[in-house]
Amino acid sequence: MNIHEYQAKETLKGFGVAIQEGIVAQTPDEAVEAAKKLTEQTGTEWWVIKAQVHAGGRGKGGGVKLAKSLEEVRSISNDIIGMDLVTPQTSAEGKRVHQVLVAQDVYYPGESELEEFYMSVLLNRSTGRNMIMYSTEGGMDIEAVAEATPHLIFHEEIDPKVGLQGFQARKIAFNLGLSGMAFKQMTKFVFALYKAYESIDAALFEINPVLKTSDDKIIAVDSKVTLDGNALYRHKDLAAMRDVREEDATEVEAGEAGLNFVNLDGNVGCMVNGAGLAMATMDIIKLSGGNPANFLDVGGTANAERVEKAFRIILKDKNVKAILVNIFGGIVRCDRVAQGVVDAYKNIGEIPVPIIVRLQGTNAVEAKQIIDESGLKVHSAILLQEAADKVAEVLG
Amino acid sequence: MSVLVNKDSKVIVQGFTGSEGTFHAGQMIEYGTDVVGGVTPGKGGQTHLDRPVFNTVSDAVTKVGANVSIIFVPPAFAADAIMEAAEAGIKVIICITEGIPTKDMIMVKEYLTDKACTLIGPNCPGVITPGEAKVGIMPGFVFKEGNIGIVSKSGTLTYEAADQVVKAGLGITTAIGIGGDPIIGTNTKQAVELLMNDPETKGIIMIGEIGGSMEADAAHWIKEHGTKPVVGFIAGQTAPAGRTMGHAGAIVGGADDTAAAKMEILRVCGITVADSPAEIGKLMADLMK
Repeated sequence: MNIHEYQAKETLKGFGVAIQEGIVAQTPDEAVEAAKKLTEQTGTEWWVIKAQVHAGGRGKGGGVKLAKSLEEVRSISNDIIGMDLVTPQTSAEGKRVHQVLVAQDVYYPGESELEEFYMSVLLNRSTGRNMIMYSTEGGMDIEAVAEATPHLIFHEEIDPKVGLQGFQARKIAFNLGLSGMAFKQMTKFVFALYKAYESIDAALFEINPVLKTSDDKIIAVDSKVTLDGNALYRHKDLAAMRDVREEDATEVEAGEAGLNFVNLDGNVGCMVNGAGLAMATMDIIKLSGGNPANFLDVGGTANAERVEKAFRIILKDKNVKAILVNIFGGIVRCDRVAQGVVDAYKNIGEIPVPIIVRLQGTNAVEAKQIIDESGLKVHSAILLQEAADKVAEVLG
Repeated sequence: MSVLVNKDSKVIVQGFTGSEGTFHAGQMIEYGTDVVGGVTPGKGGQTHLDRPVFNTVSDAVTKVGANVSIIFVPPAFAADAIMEAAEAGIKVIICITEGIPTKDMIMVKEYLTDKACTLIGPNCPGVITPGEAKVGIMPGFVFKEGNIGIVSKSGTLTYEAADQVVKAGLGITTAIGIGGDPIIGTNTKQAVELLMNDPETKGIIMIGEIGGSMEADAAHWIKEHGTKPVVGFIAGQTAPAGRTMGHAGAIVGGADDTAAAKMEILRVCGITVADSPAEIGKLMADLMK
C-alpha cells in the first residue's frame, strides 16, 4: 500500500528522521493559512507547493512549484488543486490532485554547498535481507543513474541478527563524502530511517533527494513510502492512511468483492483461478493476436456469484472485445464453475462480446457439456491451445 | 526415488483442526499420504480425522515420529509455526499459508540457517510425489507417475504443466511448488538441484514468473552443472512494470526481472524456453524422444 508524501513525512518524523517541514492543505485558503503557520514554526520565507498524488516525477508535470509570496501560495495552490497531473509515472490522462503540501523552503543559501543524495531501504530478494541503497547522485531518476553511472550506487545490507550497526551508518556517510557536522547528522538520519522502516513493516522507502542544507543539516525533502500489505493488520493507524481516490475505481470495487484485479489497456478480458495461470493466460492472449484488458484471479472458490461479479467488472471496460475464462479445476469442480458461468450469463442478460470458456481438471468433460448445451453464445474448450485458437478466431 | 516426500514420509498437519487443515488433511489421507497426526495448540489429546492431535510439534515428533509438516495456520502465526517445526527437528516443512509479512519471513530465514531442515513455500501449493505422497493442496489425479520433475512458483500453472506432461505420454517424479512470495525457503535453483540429483528424474520443467532473479540464478547453475534437459516458462510477458500481479513477489522492479529478460537468460543458458504456456508438455516430450 502506498501513502502520500505528507503522510510518509509525518510517519518518518515520528521516528526522529529530519524532514522538510510542511502542512497539507485541501484549498487555496487552507494553503495560505498553512504557509503563515509554517513561517511561524520554521522561519521560512518562501514555500514549496507540492501536489499530493501517488506518482513520482511530479515536478516534471508542474506539480511542484516555489512560491515567494502568500499571493503566489494562493495562485499556485489554486492552479494545482483540481488539476489532472501528468507525470512520467501516470497515464496520459494524469491523476486528479485533491490536496497540496505546503512545505518550507530548504534550499536557502549559507555557509556550505548544498548537496543532494539518494537513499532507499528495501528487501534484497536474493539474500532475504533488507538493504540500504544510496547514491551521491540525488534528485534524479535512480534508474537513469544505475544505467549511466552504476559505480555511484552503493548498498549496505543489514544482518537481521544484530540490525543496522554503527560502522555501516558511518560507511554510508563517508561514501557520500560528508564530514564534520553533516557526517554526524547523516549517521543519525540513517539510523532513524532504518528504525522507521522496520517498525512500520515497510516494503519500500525512497528518499530522493536527501538534502544536505547549507547549514549542514541532513533532511528528507521527498519521501515515498510503500507498506507491506500483508502486515497492515498490525498497523491500524497506517492502514487508515489509505486514499482510495488514488487507486483505480474498478480495482477497488474488485478488491472489495475478493477478486484480485489489475486494469490493463488491452481488448481481451480474462478470468482465471491462480495468479501464475492468470499471467500465463494474459500471455497466451497476446500470442493469439489480442492484448489482455486485465489481470483477474478469482481465487479458489469460483462460484456463480464471484463469476458474475467478475464478468460485470470486466464488462465495465468498453474496449473489451472478447472474454477468456480459464479455470483449472482441482479442488474446485469444473462443472460447478460451468454452471456458474451459465447462471451469471443469464443474470447479466445479453453479454455483447464473445466468451471463450476453457475448463480443465476435475469434471472438465461434464463442464464442457453444460456449456455446449446451454444454448448461450459461449465457446468451450478443454485444452489451453484450443482456447488460444478460439480467441484468435473471434478476434478475426 | 523422488525428492522431499515419498511413501515413507510421516506427515503432520499444523493447523490440523481448522477448516483448511481439516479439508486438505482429508484429501491427503484419501490420496494415500501417511498423515500421522496434527498440531493444534490447546487441543492436544483429542482425535481428529482418526488421528491424534498434539499441542506441540515436538510431541508429534516424539510420539508418532513425524518428519514432514504441512502448515495451514493463519498468516499472523505462520512464521512461529515454521520455526516451531524446525526447532522440533522436522526435516521437510511445507508452508501453504499466503500473506505472511515480509519482516516475519526475514526472521524465519535467519532462524533456519543453522537448522537441518528444508522449508518449501510459503504461499505455495505444496509437494507431490505421484503414487507415494501428496503434501499439498493440488488435485492429486492430475499428477501421474513418471520421470519429469516440476519446479514452479505457481499453483494452477503447475497443474496445467503436469496435465500437459501426462497428456504428452509422460509422468512426474516430484512436483515442487516453491511459492510466489518475495522470501521463500527453497529457491528455484535449489529445487532444480534436488531434481538434477534424483536418478529417477530424466527431465525438468521450470516455471517462473516476473519479479526477482531466481530463474536467472537457476539458469546459470543449470548451464554449469545441468545434466538433464530443462524446459522453462516465465509467466507475465504482458504484465506492466511496477504492479503486483497476484503473488506478492510477482512485480517487475527493473529491466532484469521482466519475463522477456528472464526468457533470454534461460535461452542463453541452454534451456528450452516455451513462449506459450500451451506448449510446455509438448516441448518436454520432444526433448525426451
